[in-house]
Amino acid sequence: MSFFKVCNLSISFGGLAALNDVSFEVQKGQIFAIIGPNGAGKTTLFNCINGIYTPDEGEVFFKDQKINGLRPDRIARLGIARTFQNIELFNHMNTMENLMLGRHLHMKSNLFRGVGMWGPHSFAGQEEIAHRRKVEEIIDFLGLQSARNQPVGGLPYGTQKQIELGRALASEPEFLLLDEPCAGMNAEEKQDMIFWIKDIQDELGITILLIEHDMNMVMDISDHILAINFGGMITEGTPSDVQKHPEVLKAYLGEEDGEGSA
Amino acid sequence: MDMKRSYYEDVQLFTSGVVVFWFVALLLFLGLLPFLFKNYYVYVANYMAINVIVALGLNLLVGYTGQISLGHAGFFAIGAYGTVILMTLLRCPFLLALLAAALIAALFGFFLGLPALRLEGPYLAIATLGFGLTITQVIGRSEFFGGRQGLHTPELWVGPWHLTTDRDFYYLLIPITVMLTVAARNLIKTRVGRAFIAIREADIAAATMGVNLVFYKTLAFAVSAFYAGVGGGLYAFVLRFIEPEIFTLLMSIMFLAMVIVGGIGSIMGSIVGACLLSWMDLQLRNILSIPYLGDWLETLSQSYFSITGVSNIQYIVFGLILILIMLFEPLGILGIWLRTKRYWKTWPF
Ligand SMILES: Nc1ncnc2c1ncn2[C@@H]1O[C@H](COP(=O)(O)OP(=O)(O)O)[C@@H](O)[C@H]1O
Ligand SMILES: [Mg+2]
Repeated sequence: MSFFKVCNLSISFGGLAALNDVSFEVQKGQIFAIIGPNGAGKTTLFNCINGIYTPDEGEVFFKDQKINGLRPDRIARLGIARTFQNIELFNHMNTMENLMLGRHLHMKSNLFRGVGMWGPHSFAGQEEIAHRRKVEEIIDFLGLQSARNQPVGGLPYGTQKQIELGRALASEPEFLLLDEPCAGMNAEEKQDMIFWIKDIQDELGITILLIEHDMNMVMDISDHILAINFGGMITEGTPSDVQKHPEVLKAYLGEEDGEGSA
Repeated sequence: MDMKRSYYEDVQLFTSGVVVFWFVALLLFLGLLPFLFKNYYVYVANYMAINVIVALGLNLLVGYTGQISLGHAGFFAIGAYGTVILMTLLRCPFLLALLAAALIAALFGFFLGLPALRLEGPYLAIATLGFGLTITQVIGRSEFFGGRQGLHTPELWVGPWHLTTDRDFYYLLIPITVMLTVAARNLIKTRVGRAFIAIREADIAAATMGVNLVFYKTLAFAVSAFYAGVGGGLYAFVLRFIEPEIFTLLMSIMFLAMVIVGGIGSIMGSIVGACLLSWMDLQLRNILSIPYLGDWLETLSQSYFSITGVSNIQYIVFGLILILIMLFEPLGILGIWLRTKRYWKTWPF
């Protein structure tokens, strides 16, 4: 059984190919990184996996089940969670509530049970207590105690990124997609994030698909790397292999036009 | 500290003894109100309570789920006509008829929610507006619904009690209103309500976390329509007579104004907005009978503002007040409320 596989994926917007015949396979337990300059199609790839976009061609398999064409919430239910490059939090909710939404799939209270929350012993009351306790563990893990009851819209950028990670973790995924989790963070926040990502792999056994621009970080924590540009695959392999590829060298090691050529 | 309790504190209604005190005090006041005020104010209270019910439901849709409806008078009409017809034709007891009519309204809400999946903002506003207008037209043209002549409500019996006065009706209406208020509040504190709010805040993120947008958007419409249906069924018995002309676009807009003036996405805002606008609506109807000022306003209205010659100055004053409120409190009355609450943290909602 393959854990996760993308086969010949293509999608274009108004005649412009954002992804062109992309194929790769992720092994269970890996941290698999996708690198490439801005506009390469990395986020578009995530959106295809998530069911936000429907690819023009190609297929996506999760544990041998074809998932492209399914609704995003169906895909989430299979155990795939993600974070967004441009933070997509529920701004007026506090941290606890944002993470509680991450528990949505695991909770059962329907309309009638919710309305009938008459006290801590009602079904919805019991469920709220149980799941808030679970979420509290994640809040502790990510050190978000001070943000617990704050509306997240007003929190610092780095904290918001952490909360997004927390929300994804709250859904207890098997496969986690992280879209530039360290972008815009300061050095200390970055260190924390790297630490957590490793912990998520080691302790929680979650497989991670990671988009990141910070080459040091990518080379440090990835098991496998895929480099793309202009929607096409450039190279794929272990960090040391990919690092040697001339186009990757050109794009990431010092040359001015690397980012600019996107 | 008992951990179990501390997690329930996040969602519980009564966070302290003081809150319980205020809640009981409010209930006591509501219970005694008919004895403290003269009958007209009981009628006013009934009118307010019905609007509170509708505003709560509309706020669940507009404020919490981030959708829009300009057709709530349609659901209100379905509730009113449904209740009366089920009672007269099928001899349903009142509460059963009310529930059934509200469920029919909810079903219509569900179907109106389907286009909401594809439409947003102004497009959805127009679709719901079309729905509201259609309902009134259909009712007005059908003999079954009494056509333009309207329908008289039957005698009101609830169990062994024959409700004849506004005061009798008040004691039926207030418990229903309190129940629906607490229900709405519980809803938004639990899983389904969180999904509603998540859709408003970031629908794509909500979907990728497992929220079925189709289901929850249509559910929000259905719940909202249910509230409007209950309100309509009760309103029929406040008026004791219903006709299609009551359920106009203006009524839909009025419901929306209650939510916006009170405060989008707030239970307390729904209540305050509904009470305030109900009050203004009733008072401004009398504006022309104020000595001197009324005469002057009538002349002004007829010579400058009216197209048909009918005086419409009350709507102009009404609109003016709304504009002023929104100018000074863009968050609605809720804005004032939030500031007060910072000093006074002991209210349940
Ligand atoms: N919804 C969309 N409509 C039109 N063009 C899009 C859309 N989404 C992505 N694109 C285009 O696809 C290309 C890849 O974008 P993206 O995947 O965001 O790049 P990356 O994440 O690698 O920086 C860009 O040229 C972008 O403009
Ligand atoms: Mg991107």
